[in-house]
Amino acid sequence: MAVKTNIKAKAHVYGNHIDTDRIIPGKYTKTLDLSTLANHVLEDLDPEFNKIVAQGDILVAGINFGCGSSREQAPLALKQAGISVVIARDFARIFFRNAINIGLPVLEISDHQIQKGAKLDVDLKNGIVKDLTANISYEATKLPDIMIAILNEGGLVNYLKKNGNYSL
Amino acid sequence: MGQTISEKIISNHVGKKVYAGELVISKVDGAMASDTTGPLTIKAFKEMGGEKVFDPKKCALIIDHAAPSPNERIANLHKMMRDFAKEQGMRLFEIGEGICHQVMVENEYVKPGDIFIGADSHTPTYGALNAFACGVGSTDLAATMMTGKIWLKVPQTIQINCSGKLKEGVTAKDLILFLVGKVTVSGATYQAIEFTGEAFEGMSLASRMTIANMSSEMGAKTGIVHPKGLKLDYDFKAVIPDEDANYVKTFDFDVSGLEPQVSAPESPDNVHNISKYEGTKIDYAFIGTCCNGRLEDLDIAAEILRGKKIHPNVRMVIAPASQSVLLDAIGNGTMSTLIEAGASLITSGCGPCVGTHQGVPADGEVVISAANRNFRGRMGNPNSNIYLGAPSTVAASALEGHITNPKKYLL
Ligand code: SF4
Repeated sequence: MAVKTNIKAKAHVYGNHIDTDRIIPGKYTKTLDLSTLANHVLEDLDPEFNKIVAQGDILVAGINFGCGSSREQAPLALKQAGISVVIARDFARIFFRNAINIGLPVLEISDHQIQKGAKLDVDLKNGIVKDLTANISYEATKLPDIMIAILNEGGLVNYLKKNGNYSL
Repeated sequence: MGQTISEKIISNHVGKKVYAGELVISKVDGAMASDTTGPLTIKAFKEMGGEKVFDPKKCALIIDHAAPSPNERIANLHKMMRDFAKEQGMRLFEIGEGICHQVMVENEYVKPGDIFIGADSHTPTYGALNAFACGVGSTDLAATMMTGKIWLKVPQTIQINCSGKLKEGVTAKDLILFLVGKVTVSGATYQAIEFTGEAFEGMSLASRMTIANMSSEMGAKTGIVHPKGLKLDYDFKAVIPDEDANYVKTFDFDVSGLEPQVSAPESPDNVHNISKYEGTKIDYAFIGTCCNGRLEDLDIAAEILRGKKIHPNVRMVIAPASQSVLLDAIGNGTMSTLIEAGASLITSGCGPCVGTHQGVPADGEVVISAANRNFRGRMGNPNSNIYLGAPSTVAASALEGHITNPKKYLL
């Protein structure tokens, strides 16, 4: 299943260096049940998050989003909670790979000024983000081709199911 | 054009000279997952059509993060790992055998010049061995176990050059905390680090592992200690950088005057000289983890605690990094010294590092820990505070009941 390429939704905006322990605390990670993850997503950062997030919403952050552990449960929890795309000034590398691998789109926009509650219009294919509230348009850093190929398949599982191996 | 260690190792694996910025698909020499990442790896492996891992001798699963299992849910995930390992004919390291990174090195799953992929963010630890080692998540690891390959962008390299020798009583942990403070938690994102200079040359393998381990705390893809002075039990061919290698950035520090360092809540790069925090009351002291749970770490703690009792308001937990470390610490008397001083010994493994079990701090409590991370909630309670220090600092603080410079007990 390929991911949706046009998203119009509300932004939840948080700050810099949000680590994976804050995205999903280690004590909840030992599970294959995705709803448990979604129930606790971001709870140590914003206990209200779970109540305010709606299907399709956009998560926006500052620098180094997803630093810390390699737990793939972090992007999985966000995706399961309804987040359709994460936009950050930049990402920690394992989180970045994990998100693409599980089919959660991520966009790096180093100079964004997106504010809490902003309405965004995201064109994933071209990496263009329009902040409809502030009336500013941003262009995201281009992904390496192999990541685009993985994302187009909806994640690495489908990519390998289809191709059997990596190719450049 | 000259090459860095990372560029050389990757070039050797892809059969042509490659440089920073190039995208490659490389074969790998080993792959592992723990019980945090393993179950999702197995699930993804099956979903992507995986039948056999690329080489059962080069793949391993380790039960270390929640070992022994604290509840039935995790017990069932552990069983899933055991079943998969049996089915694949690959080794599973059982509860108590040790932390993934420690057992991979002890059992020679990774050697100098290798590319190793681990589903754990502290996989760069093997940079101590002059290997290119990266952490990934579960689905990436599943793909590597299936194909024996990984896609990589050849990273740019930051060189960290430390001249001078560390003072007596100042350890590799103090040095790496200092460096994390300077480089910051995102200062090396997507990049490789090469640690080079006199300060590293005399270091044991264990100390080099402490250094490479915390490359993760700077966001690095990998962190490789220059192999000069590296001693191993077997013969190896070291990979050294060319003199005209291209570094994206070079840091130069003279570390001969370095004092013990402490990282304060709630980020590993919030690092200061210990004097800033001396006297901070603590409730709980922890020595263990892939950063500082090795014999030399337990030995230095024992040296400080020998014949004494820890402070009555403090509890102390010791989790040796592996069974082999534990046996050595029993053999040389270190373990009885620590227990006689009042420490509590738990299963070799991650212990309370990641907040799953075995020693979660209470609300408002302060922990001094020899681990590598002190993010809010890391040890399972967002209302506790974690300070990071060397094992010597943890031991001296346990003794006095507040953060203490270990110097006076070591000189
Ligand atoms: S000891 Fe801590 S940091 Fe090391 S692998 Fe285990 S949980 Fe991770």
